[in-house]
Amino acid sequence: MSTQSEREGATQGGVAEEMTYRQAIRAALADEMRADSRVILLGEDIAAAGGSFKTTEGLLDEFGPERVIDTPISENGFVGAALGMAVTGMRPVVEIMFADFLLSASDAIVNEVAKFRFMSGGQTVVPLTIRAIGGATGRFGTQHSATGESWFLQTPGLRVVAASSPSAAYELLRAAIRLNDPVIFLEHKGMYTQKGLVDRAGSLPQVGRAGIVRHGSDVTIAATLLMVPRALRAAEVLAAEGIDAEVIDLRWITPLDSETVGKSVSRTDRLVVVEEQVHHGGWGATLISLLAQQGLPRNTRPCAVSVPDVPLAFSPVLEDAAVPEAERIATMIRTLIHEQGR
Amino acid sequence: MSSQKIYSPDRRQWLRTMLLIRCFEDKVQQLFMQGLVPGTTHLCQGQEAVAVGAISAITSADYLTITYRGHGQALARGIDPEAAFAEIMGRETGVCKGRGGSMHLTDFSRGLIGSFAIVGAGLPVALGAAMSAKLHGATSVALTFFGDGATNIGTFHEALNMASVWKAPVVFICENNLYGEYSPIRTTTPVDDLAIRATAYAMPGVTVDGTDADAVYAATRTAVERARAGEGPTLLECKTYRYSGHSRTDPAKYRKPGELESWKARDPIKRLGEALATEGIMSVADQEAMRQEVQDLINAAAERAAAAPWPKREEIDRYVYAE
Repeated sequence: MSTQSEREGATQGGVAEEMTYRQAIRAALADEMRADSRVILLGEDIAAAGGSFKTTEGLLDEFGPERVIDTPISENGFVGAALGMAVTGMRPVVEIMFADFLLSASDAIVNEVAKFRFMSGGQTVVPLTIRAIGGATGRFGTQHSATGESWFLQTPGLRVVAASSPSAAYELLRAAIRLNDPVIFLEHKGMYTQKGLVDRAGSLPQVGRAGIVRHGSDVTIAATLLMVPRALRAAEVLAAEGIDAEVIDLRWITPLDSETVGKSVSRTDRLVVVEEQVHHGGWGATLISLLAQQGLPRNTRPCAVSVPDVPLAFSPVLEDAAVPEAERIATMIRTLIHEQGR
Repeated sequence: MSSQKIYSPDRRQWLRTMLLIRCFEDKVQQLFMQGLVPGTTHLCQGQEAVAVGAISAITSADYLTITYRGHGQALARGIDPEAAFAEIMGRETGVCKGRGGSMHLTDFSRGLIGSFAIVGAGLPVALGAAMSAKLHGATSVALTFFGDGATNIGTFHEALNMASVWKAPVVFICENNLYGEYSPIRTTTPVDDLAIRATAYAMPGVTVDGTDADAVYAATRTAVERARAGEGPTLLECKTYRYSGHSRTDPAKYRKPGELESWKARDPIKRLGEALATEGIMSVADQEAMRQEVQDLINAAAERAAAAPWPKREEIDRYVYAE
């Protein structure tokens, strides 16, 4: 696949370093701030405290209080302020401490940021990145655990991108900051300690291009964020049973790469979307719709492994029951293969 | 002060701009009745002295954000009346190529970086522009205009708080026209003088007569000088009155009898015109000639705009993303 070769090509750029997902995000921020003095950071507790999840630790010391700015707890206000900065020569990167709080800023994001270029008739661009730290598994309860990944599907003018590994986090965050469009950049708080190789000299990924992270021929799994490593784990379990799964990390939720997924499904005849969100109105449902409109293989019955229609609970037992795990993914695929035959 | 000062303390120019705004708004109303303005309009007749007084106190290097009742500020900032009419009529030659409309007159070439139809949304954006200038080491300031209704929405409080904490060079200008849409201010707000709200954010709060262009100019100048000197923001409340209803469908039946007439007796254009005549700066005859010149200009601009082409249907997806 071209996507795979691009990724391999990217890693030829320099010496890859092992780092955590958290370190990869910090490295992307620092590298972009070193490269461009217009890049500034805003958010709650990001300066002296280094961020609630320590993704901006040390940046105040290197770049100073003019470029690493603590904000009051005023999401709608500081996203609006960042918009004002973005249209007057800066390239702000805002941190939303928990993705749930994107909704506090949703007027600024949906009514202002996303439409600003359009309603001015193209007089300006909006180079604004909004990092949102989302996802369950942290036992943070129902108001601090959303991924928020599909909330902005109905908002043209935004790009939404989700990082599923240290290298993806590094590359996609740098790409987001360099884009002249507003980008919601989603991080999963359950992945900060995950380690992986990151090439800081590699080329930047293309907007809207998914990545095939495991090649396979029996079933296509499309996933984002934490669901990517869980899908990979499910694929390993299934491999031992002779089932060969292809895993696609969508990376971009807007725009959705239905082309890469469609090509994969045309080889595997099977599609499972794995999402840390309820299914209705989300990217999984949208992806299946797009693929259906493009034309799926005759016997394909797309399936979804999602969060049931409930708010996430605090109790570890209930939270784990809600968020798809490798075994749930594997079970769905076994059922699908059994039902359709090999 | 910046050497780029193009906004004049010349009160004859103020009068001309106020006449321009009045004629423009009357024309919009007329075009609306003729079916040439789609949707709705929010007119500002009666509020001209706020736009002209305040914008006369800043330079071309400064920023401003305005609201859906923003035609007056846009014209005071020098927007081309023909491009403004064309925008309001949804034409490709509009200042926003017809994508924005009456509520979103925006002209980046004049530092007019946004016009907002969400109450209160322009305040944080102006704050951000002011912070940009500060971070760049520029001396630009930002003015942000909003109505009395906006002082009850979160972004007002969030923006004033941040601006004060960051000592941002921004001036918050509240046009208190006594009605938040259809509701008299006392039904929604427990204080009459909204400038008092500045106290909570440790910044000066000043109330002026918004029908007096001289008073608005003087108060804005003081606030702008303070902002430029790095001393932070000011909340400036201008008491004013809109002669029309909230929007096109509002006959403004909520007004007390005689209220409109009493405000019209203090009409800002009449006040300035009388002052200029009394002070021997401009004769009544010269003012009448100016009014006629402005009326002719507005008529011609509206006529050209009404003949302008519509956007092309196939260009529906332009300007959504950077090209």
